[in-house]
Parts: sequence; C-alpha cells; structure tokens
Amino acid sequence: MAELLSGYIYSGFAITGRLIFERLQSERGGAMHLILFFIFAGLCLAGAINLLLQSHPINSALSLIVVMTSLAVLYLLLGAEFLAAAQIIVYAGAIMVLFTFVVMLLNAGREERTMGSRVARSVGFPAVVAILAVLATIILRAQDLGVASMKGGITSTEELSKVLFTELLLPFEVTSVLILIAILGAVALASRGNGERTASK
Amino acid sequence: MNADLHLWLIPLVPFAGFLLNGILGRRLPKWIVTTVALLAPLASFGVVLNVALRSFTPLELQGWNGSIPALSSFPYVETYGQWISIGALHVDFSFVLDQLSLIMLLVVTGVGFLIHIYSVGYMRDEEGYARYFSFLNLFLFFMTVLVLACNALVMFVGWEGVGLASYLLIGFYFQKNSAANAGKKAFIVNRIGDFGFLIGIFLLLANFGTLTFSEIGHQLAADPGWQGGVLTVIALCLSLGAAGKSAQLPLYIWLPDAMEGPTPVSALIHAATMVTAGVYMIARTHVLFDHAPFALGTVAFVGALTALFAATIGLVQNDIKRVLAYSTISQLGYMFLGCGVAAYSAAIFHLMTHAFFKALLFLAAGAIIHSIGGEQDLRKMGGLWKKLPVTFVVTTIGVLAIAGFYPFAGFYSKDAILYAAFVQGGSARVLWFAGLVTALLTSFYMFRLWYLAFWGKPRGEAAPHHSTPWSMLAPLVILAALSICGGWIGIERFSAYLSPSVSTKPSAPIDAHLELILSIAAVAVAFMGWLAADFLYRYKPARAAQLAAAYPRSYNMLANKYYVDEFYGATAVKPLLAFSKYALGWVVDVGILGGAAWLLAGTTNFTGAILQRWQSGNLRSYAAWLAAGAAALLLFVLLPWNAIWPVSFILKVAGH
Amino acid sequence: MSSLFSNLLQQEVPIVWYLLLSAALFSLGVIGFLIKRNLITMFMSIELMLNGVNLSFVTFAHQWGAVKGQIFVFFVMVVAAAEAAVGLAIIIAVFRARATLTVDRINLMKL
Repeated sequence: MAELLSGYIYSGFAITGRLIFERLQSERGGAMHLILFFIFAGLCLAGAINLLLQSHPINSALSLIVVMTSLAVLYLLLGAEFLAAAQIIVYAGAIMVLFTFVVMLLNAGREERTMGSRVARSVGFPAVVAILAVLATIILRAQDLGVASMKGGITSTEELSKVLFTELLLPFEVTSVLILIAILGAVALASRGNGERTASK
Repeated sequence: MNADLHLWLIPLVPFAGFLLNGILGRRLPKWIVTTVALLAPLASFGVVLNVALRSFTPLELQGWNGSIPALSSFPYVETYGQWISIGALHVDFSFVLDQLSLIMLLVVTGVGFLIHIYSVGYMRDEEGYARYFSFLNLFLFFMTVLVLACNALVMFVGWEGVGLASYLLIGFYFQKNSAANAGKKAFIVNRIGDFGFLIGIFLLLANFGTLTFSEIGHQLAADPGWQGGVLTVIALCLSLGAAGKSAQLPLYIWLPDAMEGPTPVSALIHAATMVTAGVYMIARTHVLFDHAPFALGTVAFVGALTALFAATIGLVQNDIKRVLAYSTISQLGYMFLGCGVAAYSAAIFHLMTHAFFKALLFLAAGAIIHSIGGEQDLRKMGGLWKKLPVTFVVTTIGVLAIAGFYPFAGFYSKDAILYAAFVQGGSARVLWFAGLVTALLTSFYMFRLWYLAFWGKPRGEAAPHHSTPWSMLAPLVILAALSICGGWIGIERFSAYLSPSVSTKPSAPIDAHLELILSIAAVAVAFMGWLAADFLYRYKPARAAQLAAAYPRSYNMLANKYYVDEFYGATAVKPLLAFSKYALGWVVDVGILGGAAWLLAGTTNFTGAILQRWQSGNLRSYAAWLAAGAAALLLFVLLPWNAIWPVSFILKVAGH
Repeated sequence: MSSLFSNLLQQEVPIVWYLLLSAALFSLGVIGFLIKRNLITMFMSIELMLNGVNLSFVTFAHQWGAVKGQIFVFFVMVVAAAEAAVGLAIIIAVFRARATLTVDRINLMKL
C-alpha cells in the first residue's frame, strides 16, 4: 500500500516537474524561475527561523516540514527530480513523521526557561557568525559560477540509476546494511527492557 | 729477561678473602672464616717472600731449577692494561716492584699476617667476627695496591681505600656512639689530606704530563736546574696529603680517637702500616722533594714539631691506648723529620723498626686489656707482672726498643735519623735538638706506662682473669724477637740496599766519631727518661700526683691535649654545621628543592582545576566549543593568509 | 555583486544565491542547536543542517552536470534516516532514565 502511494506521488512529481521544466525552458522561463526561487527560498528561511523561535517542539517540527517541502521544490528547480521526490517521501514523509510521533510519545511540552549555558551564547554565537562570514566570503568571491539555467536539462532517474547501480553499487549495498543496523539499534535502545528501570528522579 | 712474578696475587688474594668473608661469612662456621682470613695474608706474604728470595739470590744460584726464571733487575713493572686514555692522559693499571716497595710489602704482609693470627684469639668471642676479618682483608688489599702502585692515580686508589678500611674498622663497634664518631672523624680528616693529594696529582699532570713515578723522576733528572716554584707547590700539596694520612700536626686529631677500634686494628692500621703510607709516599716521590728544598724543610719542621708536641701530650694520658697513640704520632714525626733532611733510607728504616715494636706494644696492651676484662685505664692497673709474665717480658722488650736503648731495634733507626738531622747543619740542628728532647720524653712516658701497668700493688677491682691464648702470645713473641734484632742490619747496609730507589745523590760517608757521640747522647737521654719515670712511678709514687697538683694549668693543658679538638670544633665544625643547617637545610632543601616540587605540583593542580571547569557536562557548551573549533578550522584553512600583513611580513622575512 | 544584478535583468537566478541560501540554512541549524533546550528540537536543528548541505550538493551537481552530486545527496538522506531512527531511540531511552528532555538537566557526565 505504501509503495503504491509513493509510486503515485512520485509519478505525480515527475509529470509536474516535466511541465514546469517545459515552461521554464520557454522564453519567459527565466522570470518564472526567479519568482519560484524567491517564494520557496523565502519559505525555507521563514520555516528555519520559525523553528528557532517556537517554544513547543511540535511547532518546530511542522516548520521543519515546511522547510523540507520548499527544499524539494528548489531541487526541482535545479533539475533533480528524483531527489525532490525522495525529499518529500523520505524526509518529510518518514523522518518528520517519526519526529512527530516521538514528540507525542514523550509528551514533550513547552520548553522551560532554564539557566542554560552562558558559554553557548558567548562562544557559540561568534563561532556561527564566523562560519557564516567565511562561507559567504568564499561563495561571493568564487569565480566561474554562472546561472542556474534550465538549459542543461533535468537529470533523469535513468541517469541516476545508471551510476548508482554500476559504479556506486558497493556504497548502495553498504547503506542497506547501515539501515539494518539502525533498525536493530533503534529496537534495542527503545525496547521496554531498558525501560524497566524507570526514572527515579 | 724479567720473570713473571704474579704481583697481582698480592692484592687480589686478600680481596677474595674480603669478598668471601664479607658475603658468606655470617653463614659459614667460624673455622672456615678463620681459615680464609688467615690464608689470604699468608698467601700474599708467600708471594712477597718468593719475590724477595728471587731478588736477593744471585742469578747463578737459581740454576738448579731451570724452570724458575730469574729476576734480572729492579725496578720491575707489571702492567695489567690501560685504565684511562683520553687525549694526553694515559694511566695504566701497573704495579712496580723495587727495593722500597719490597721492604714495605715485607713489613705490611708480614706484620699483617702476625696481627691476623693475633686477632683470631682476641676477637674470638666478639660478635661480627667474619665482618672484622673481611674488613682486615680489605685493608690489606688496598694497602698492597698503594705500595705496589706505579703511578699516582693507582696509589690514590689504595690511599682512599685504606682510609675506607680504617673508617670501617674504627667504627667496628658501631653501636657505640664514640666509635662511630671516631670513624667519621678519621675519614673526614683524612679527606682533607686527600684533597691536598688530589691537587698535587692535578699539578703533576699539568706540569709533567704523566703520573708514573719513574717517568716523573726521569723528567726531573734530565733537568737538574728546575727547582722550587711550582715544584714546591706540588710537594707541599703532597705533604698535606701525607700529613693527613700519617697524623702530622694540623691533621693528627683523628689518631687518638681511632683507638675506639679493636686493639689489633690499632696495631695494624694505626701503628704499622696505614699511617706509614704518608712516609712511603714521600719516599716514593722523593725526586720531587729533592727539587723543592723549601717543601723538604717544611716537612722536617712539621715532623719535628709534631714529635715534640705529641710526646708532651703523651706524658699525662691515662688510657693505655692513648699513650701508645700519641707515641705513634710522635714516632711518625721522627719519620717525617728523616724524610725532611733527605735521609729517606733512615726514615724507612725507622718505619720498619717502628712497625715491629709499636705493633708489639699495641698487641701487648691488647693482651693486658683482654686479660683484665676490658679495663684500659692505667690508674686502675698495677702488679700485672705476676699474672702476665710473657706479656711483661715482651712489653719490656718493646719499651726498651722504643726508648732507643742499645742494641734494640729502635736505637739504630732513631739514631740514624738524628745523625742525618745533625749532619745537615744550620736550622736542622735545632730540629736535632727537638728530636733529642722528644727521645727523652718518649723514654719517660713509655717507662711510666710500664711501671703503672706492671709494677706496684694492683689498683683496680679484682677483675676476672682470662688467660691469654697462644694465638695471641705467638705473634707477641715473634714481634719481640724482631724488635730485638730488627735493627742489626745497620743503616749503612740498609741505605746501600735502598739507595737505588730512594736517593739520587750518593750518600756521604758516615763520620763514625760523630755518630758515636750522638748515639751516646741519645742513649743517655733515654736513660735519663727511665730514671725520671722510675723515680716518679716506682720509688715515690705519690710524687707524680704532687707534681701534677703543683702546676695545675700546664697539667690541664696537657691532659686536655692543648684543647686542639675544641679549637677545631669551634672554628671548623660549628660553622660547617650551622651552614649546613641554615644555608643548605633551609635555603636549598626547603626553599629551592621544596619550592620547585611545590611549583611543579601546584602548576599541574592549577591547570587541572582550570581545565576541569571545561568538562561541565553541559551539552550546549560542548556544542558551542564544537562550533568554535569548526570555525577556527575553517578560518585556518580557507583564509587567504598571504593577504594578512603580519603573516606576509613574516613570510617575506623568512625568504619567501 | 554587479554580476548578480545584471543576471537579475536577464531574470535568471545565479548559482551564488542557492549557495548563500544553503549557508544560511546551515548557520540557522547551528544556531538552533546552540539555543534550543529541548532534545528533540536540537535534533531537528541537526536535520536542518543536513538539508542545507544537501542543497549545496545539488547546486553544484547542477552547476557541473555531475550526477554523482545527486547520488551523494541520496546517500546523505539514507544516513539521515538511519541516524534519526537511532537518535530518537536514544532520546526515548534518555527520557526514560532522566524523565526530562531539557538538555541542561542531562549533565551527569561532568567531572
């Protein structure tokens, strides 16, 4: 059932993506690209800032979902149709749902105002500012970065799988083992066996 | 062709005895310890005898056994390998045998062997029997190394070693505070002399480039005009060392205290052998002294002064061993006087005869002490001639010998020294006169000892009377025989034998007439001393106490040894102790060392305390530091360092 | 900078803007990790950081026409999924042990 659903969602994306792509390749494609970018980049940033500002974790989770969906659209604008689909299905559809489940399971409430750490603010903020500044400087000074035009075409799933299943087959198999280990780990950690020792504090 | 005499056996067999008795002695039965302890000096003495026989026998007579090669000539050197070879300094392990060292070895090993036999009886009931004999063997090892040494450095090894053995043996009864202190005092005072010896060695090396005695002799003989100056300094430094070891005037204070050791130790080390090492050393380096007349004169003066000084102190001592100790210092002064007037053969002659009669006297004193249960005070002895007849006879022989009566051994040797002093003329005549007065005093106090110990009514408590075992009596008899006939060889034949090794000038013929007059004078003063002692201690015994009471200040001065020990204590010992306690104890030990340790520990503690605050357990601060680290890494990797002017400046300076 | 605006006249989106957005998302993720006190929210900031990085990968893949960039993003997503599963299981275990999700209270590992 889930595979069927994801299959439908994916094909929906692919078709939408092709349509948008054809529109983008037309004469007025540039403006549309720009407008779409502004909208969804703005949504990204807004969602990210909202995640920081909300005090209830469920609100933060929902903001993150917004961020992820906007990112999916941005991927589409950059010609990665498979990744856009995977972003929605995996990230927004599975991981964030997991987060939401855990929030509900643990009955996490509003954040308290604790003493906190002065170090986090006095050392952390300047560090973040420094990181951002360095990255921005390098990005802005980079040469030979052109425009994100759609003239190059969408990267089809066929191209992706060609590389994935021939050249990078080993990492692919390894990641499947990784997922298996993660499943086992999660089951072991979260099982009630550990939980018999309920918190005494 | 030189024979292979195996000189190395002479020191090494006693060393083996030391190791065996020292390590295993406590677990071995007493008879094994005794056997090992006696075999060692016997073996050394045997090798020395073998050498002596080979050298005295003319070459032809040795033909009867073609396999024994002949000893063709003195000096005979055996080298066992290189010790130090750095740059211009070359020192070998080598032993030299010439007439001087042969005579010395005969005395050391012969008298040493007799004293070992004596010790078997004396120390029979003592605890630490094996330890005693191992130390005695150790002493013998070092003394023979000293005598056989071919160069000054090997001699210094032996020199230090006998000092060590002396310390170990003086402090043999280490549970007694006085004995332990006496051992320390001996070692420290010896050390002061050794300092002089070391400076002398350094100067010798600097001026001659070698430490071998024969080579120094050759260099000096080749340049007869080289006198005084640095040679005087070297000679004075060496004589400082000799003064320390032979208990001459500024450094004699250890010898009376050394009587805390067992009596055979006093006999061997502090009468016959170790204290004569200084005289031996001067005789060995006589070439140097011949080229430094000022130093020679100093030696003579110090010797004569010491002889007189010690004799005056010995007049009023009440401990039998102290009297003998001061007598030893006095006789050593005679030997120094002999060396100082360049009569080295006479000094060595006196060394030999003194070894005989002084060892005899000490061993006899030991027999007395042993038989009356440990009492050493002369005032508590008396009337012993009946209980200890053999001891009485041998002590008489010893006293006659030391007083210089004809025909006992002391007469010939003492006379030879006094003659040489008189003949040299000038200020040496004053020294001759001092020597004559000392002979008078010597005779007096030795006879005093004789009278107080053996004559009169018994003054002590009735002590248990141990009979003297034969192991103690036999050496006494042998030494008594030697004291009688030891001088009969005569100074002319003796110095003729020794002269190739101790003199570079031909000796002047002896004026028989003058010598007769001087010897009659010497015997006369000895007789006067006897008469005085007889008067004060036998005829009218109360007179001695009256005389002492009549001059209380002089008597106290003498009885307290001129307060020299107190003087040294106040001027040298106290300041040193204060310096140690305050300067070294407080400033260096507590301040600097303690402070350094505190600083190290404190720094570590402090940094630890600071770093500890970093591990707060707070996840967010950890995250903050992570971000800071990432930012730092990014900055470091991605910043265009060349554009920042300090870095570009440094790079330009470095040459990029 | 003038090149950016000239592209604007042509109405194309410069690559640089995508990269700047990615850097901004990353920094916001780091700030979120530092500010937030709830364990789950901190974990969400980590996901935000990962997404920012993914965006830059895709951007460069588009720039140079390299498919491998997109495949890497795929792998990042897989790893993020696994990490989320295990991480949330750990958070549940921690909650069971300490009955709190406030990260400041979970400080038993201090010296």
